[in-house]
Amino acid sequence: MSIPNASSASATGVQPVSRPSSSHDEPLLAVEDLVVEIPTRRGLLRPVDGVSFELNAGEILGVVGESGAGKSITGAAIIGLLERPARIASGSVRLAGKRIDNLTGDDLRRVRGGEIGTVFQDPSTSLNPLQRIGDQLAETARQHLDISRAESRDRALLALQEVGIPAAAERLDAYPHEFSGGMRQRVVIALALIGEPVLVIADEPTTALDVSVQAQVLTLLKRLCLERGTGVMMITHDMGVIAETTDRVAVMYAGRVAEIGPTPSVLVNAAHPYTRGLMASTPNPASDVAEGLVQIPGAMPGLLSIPAGCAFHPRCDRAVPDCKQKRPPRETINDSDVWCWVASQPQQARHD
Amino acid sequence: MSSVQPTLKPSISSRLRGVWESDIAWSFRHSPVAMIAAFVFLALILAALFAPWIAPYTPFDPASLNLMDGFTPPMGEGMGSGSVYWLGTDDQGRDVFSTILYGMRLSLFIGLSAVAFAAVLGVTLGLIAGYVGGWVDALIMRVADIQLTFPSIMVALLIFGIARGLIPAEYRDQMAVWVLILSIGLSEWVQFARTVRGSAMVESKKDYVQAARLIGRKPRQILFRHLLPNVMGPVSVIATIYLALAIITEATLSFLGVGAPPTRPSLGTLISIGQDYLFSGEWWILLFPSMTLLALALSVNLLGDWLRDALNPKLQ
Amino acid sequence: MIAYIIRRVLQGVLVLAVVGFVAFAMFRFMGNPIENMLGQEATRLDRAALAERLGLNDPVPIQYLKFIGNAAQGEFGVSYRNGLPVSEMIVQRLPATLELAFVSAVIAVVFGIVLGVFVAIRRNGIVANIVMSATLVGVSLPTFLIGVLLIWIFAVELGWLPSFGRGETGTLFGWQSSLVTVSGLKSLVLPAITLGLYQMTLVMRLVRSEMLEVLRTDYIRFARARGLPDKTVHFKHALKNTLVPVITIIGLQVGQIAAFAIVTETVFQWPGVGLLFINSIQFVDIPVMAAYLLLVGVLFVSINLVVDLLYAVVDPRLRLQ
Repeated sequence: MSIPNASSASATGVQPVSRPSSSHDEPLLAVEDLVVEIPTRRGLLRPVDGVSFELNAGEILGVVGESGAGKSITGAAIIGLLERPARIASGSVRLAGKRIDNLTGDDLRRVRGGEIGTVFQDPSTSLNPLQRIGDQLAETARQHLDISRAESRDRALLALQEVGIPAAAERLDAYPHEFSGGMRQRVVIALALIGEPVLVIADEPTTALDVSVQAQVLTLLKRLCLERGTGVMMITHDMGVIAETTDRVAVMYAGRVAEIGPTPSVLVNAAHPYTRGLMASTPNPASDVAEGLVQIPGAMPGLLSIPAGCAFHPRCDRAVPDCKQKRPPRETINDSDVWCWVASQPQQARHD
Repeated sequence: MSSVQPTLKPSISSRLRGVWESDIAWSFRHSPVAMIAAFVFLALILAALFAPWIAPYTPFDPASLNLMDGFTPPMGEGMGSGSVYWLGTDDQGRDVFSTILYGMRLSLFIGLSAVAFAAVLGVTLGLIAGYVGGWVDALIMRVADIQLTFPSIMVALLIFGIARGLIPAEYRDQMAVWVLILSIGLSEWVQFARTVRGSAMVESKKDYVQAARLIGRKPRQILFRHLLPNVMGPVSVIATIYLALAIITEATLSFLGVGAPPTRPSLGTLISIGQDYLFSGEWWILLFPSMTLLALALSVNLLGDWLRDALNPKLQ
Repeated sequence: MIAYIIRRVLQGVLVLAVVGFVAFAMFRFMGNPIENMLGQEATRLDRAALAERLGLNDPVPIQYLKFIGNAAQGEFGVSYRNGLPVSEMIVQRLPATLELAFVSAVIAVVFGIVLGVFVAIRRNGIVANIVMSATLVGVSLPTFLIGVLLIWIFAVELGWLPSFGRGETGTLFGWQSSLVTVSGLKSLVLPAITLGLYQMTLVMRLVRSEMLEVLRTDYIRFARARGLPDKTVHFKHALKNTLVPVITIIGLQVGQIAAFAIVTETVFQWPGVGLLFINSIQFVDIPVMAAYLLLVGVLFVSINLVVDLLYAVVDPRLRLQ
C-alpha cells in the first residue's frame, strides 16, 4: 500500500523535537540472541531463534516478515507478555542498558506501560468493553505517574486531545463500542503513550483498520513519537508501512533475523537473498514501470520443520553447501547486518 | 497382481497400529486419569454383565434368604446359616455384595438404554431440523427451547408422574424400568438435537452434500450416509457426559421412591434402604452401594471430561 | 432494548401457555377426575352434577381457558389425596422451600464465584488442581447422596445438627421462618449445604472456564501491557467481563435449585412444596402435580426474564440495541 500522507506530513514540517540517537553509548533497546521456546507434544518449537537487534532512542525500527516469522512473539517477549507455555529460553533484552527479560512483579509492571508502551493490532478487541475509556486512561496514568485521581482525569483528557479525538471531554465517558475502528486505535495509542514511555512496540497497528484511516493513524503514531523522542518498534508485514515510516528495518524469516539495516538501503539494495525476493514480490510504488512481480518458490517452513543451517536455503537460488549445515554468522555489508553465507560474495549473473 | 495386494489392503495389525497412533489414542495413553477411569468403568461394566456368575448369592430369590442372617456386618458370619458375607447383609439377610452387583446391572441397563434412546431421538430430530429447515426446524427447536427452560430431572420426574398416571396401578411396578428409560431419555434428547442440528446446517451447505443431492440421492441417504458421520464426535462426548447424568438421575428417582421398585432395586433404591438403618449403626448397607454409585458416575464423568478435551481441536 | 424485552416477554407467555396446556391435559385427561373425586360409590346423578360443576361438558378449548383463568386466580382444585384445596397446601409450604432455596443459592453463588476466580488465576497451582479434582467428585455425587452422607457425619456420628425437619419457626415479617430461631437455623444448615454444593461446583467450574476465556482476550493482554497490577486485571477487568455468561447460568441454576429442592426436601423431610410434589407423584395426585408444574413454569419464566434484564445492566453494549 502507499501512504500519501506520511511523506507530506514530514515535508510540511513536523520535525523531531529531539532525537537523541546516540546520547548514550547504550542503544535504547538491545536484544541479544533471544530464543523463545514453546514445548508442545510434537516437540520443542522455537518461534524466535537467536534474534539480535538494537533500537536507538527516537528511532523507528520496522520489523517485517511473513506471518509466523516470529515478529509478534519477539515483541511479546520484550514486554514479558509471552503466553504460557512459551518462554524465553536464552538471550537477553536490555532497555537503556538494564536487563528487562528477567523482571517480575512490580519491576516488570513499571516497564510495561511505563517505559514501554504497546499498541496491538485490533482496536476492537484491545479495549475493555465494559469500562469507560476515560477510566481506562486514568487508571493507566495513575499506575505509572505519581499523580492524584483528579490529575489522572486531566491527563486522560489531554491524552485524548493529543490523539485527535473530537469533543474529547465528552468522549471520556464513552464506552469503546461507541467509537469507530480508527478512533478506537487512537484511544489505544493514547493508552500506550499516557505512561510516558521511552519505547513503543506497535504490533501491526493498522492491519485491522479500514484502508482509508490506516495512513492517518500511522502518521499520528509517528508524529507523537517523534515529538516525544520515543523509540518505536513497528511490527508489520506491510512493506508500504516500512517504506513510509521506519528509519531502519529488520527482516525476519522463520524466527530469525535475515537482515537489518537502514530502510532505504534494505528496500533498494537488499543483501540477503530472502529480502531481495521479498522486494521483488512487492509492488513498488516508487517505480512507474509495471514490473512483473517475482514469487519466491516454496513457502516459509512451519515451526516443526525448520531446516538445518540457514532456514532459507531450500528456497534460495544461491545456496551453497555451507547453507545446509551451518547457521550463517552476522556480517556487515554496506550499512546492514546480514545473516547469510553468500551475500558478501560477488553475485552471479541473474536472469534480470 | 498378487504382490500388489498387501499394499492395497492394510493388514489388521497395521490398521490397529493406526488406531493406536491416532490423536485420540495418543491423548488417552498420556492421560493417567482417563486410563484409570476407563479401567474402573470397564471393571464395573464387566461386573454388572456377569453379575449372575460373580454374585455369591441370588439376593432376590426368597428361598435362598435366611432372615436370621439379617444385619450381618462385613466379613461376618450370618447368625442363621453361618455363611460369610464380605460386605455384610441387609435387614432381610440379603448379601450386600450381591445386591450391589444386581443393582448396578439395573442402573447401567437403565442408564445406557436411556442415553441410547435420547441419542437416537435427538440425533434424528436434529438431523431433520438442520437438513429440512423451515417450519419443521422451527417447531422442533421451539419444543427444545421450552423443554430446556426446565431442569432435566424435573422433566424426568414429570414424565414419570404422567406415565404412572396413565398406567393402571397393577402394572406400575412391572413397567417401572421402561418408564424410567422413557422419562430419562425424553429429558435428555435436547442437547443432542441442538448440537446435531448446528452441524447438519453447516454440513448440508457444503459441496459434497450438494453434489450428493444433484446426483439424485434421497434425503434419507444423504442424512444418514453423509451428515451422520460428521456429527459423531460431539455426539459421543454428549453421550458420555449424559450417561453419568442418566445414572445419577435414575439413582435419584429410585432414591425418591418413584423409580425402580424395592423388589427389583437399583443402586438408588439400595441407598434409600440403607438410609433407614443409618441411625441404628448398620452403616454398610448404605456405604457400599453409595461408593459403587460414586465410582460409576465419577469414572464416566472423568471419561467424558477427557473425551471432550481430546476431541476439542482448540486445546491441542 | 424495548423490542428485546417485549420479545422476551412474548416468549415467556408462549412457554407458559404450553406448560398450562400440559398441566390442563394432565388434569383433564389423565385418569378420570370424577372417579378420583367421588370414589366408586357415587350415583350417576352425583357424577353428572360434578361433571357439570367442573365444566367437563364444555368444549375442550373453553375448558382450557377456564383452567388457565382459575389458575391465574390461584384456583387449582382440590387434592385427590386429602381433599384440601391445592392452593392452600402450596401456600402453606412455600415459605419453607423459598427459604431453603435462597440460602443455598447464596452459598452456591458466593463460594462458586470466589473459588472459580481462584482456580482460574492459579491455574497450575497445586491447591487449584486439588479443588478442581474435588469438584469432579462433587459433580458425580448425586444431591441425595451428599445429603445422606452429611446426615451420617453431622447428625449420626457427631450429633451436632438435626437430620430432618425445619426446627422451630418464628415469625419474620409475617412469614413463618426458621431463620429466626436457633433450632431453625441448625436445621437449615445441612439441607442448604446439600442443595447448594452441587450448584456451587457448577458455578465454580463455569466461572473458571469463562475467566480463563477472558484472560486470553486481547484487552486483558493489553491491560497487562499497560502495566496494571494482577489484582486490577483479574478483579476489575476480567471478573466483570466474566459476569455476563455467569449471570445466565446462575439464573438457570436458580431453576436447578428449585428442581433439586425436591430431592433435598425428601432426604431431610423438609416440609416444602418439593416434598409435596414427590408425594403427589407417588399417589398420582394430579391436581397437585398440575399446580406444581404451573408454579414452576411461572418461576422459570420470570427467572429467565430477570436474567435477560440483568444482561443489560452489566453490559453497556446491550443497552443501546
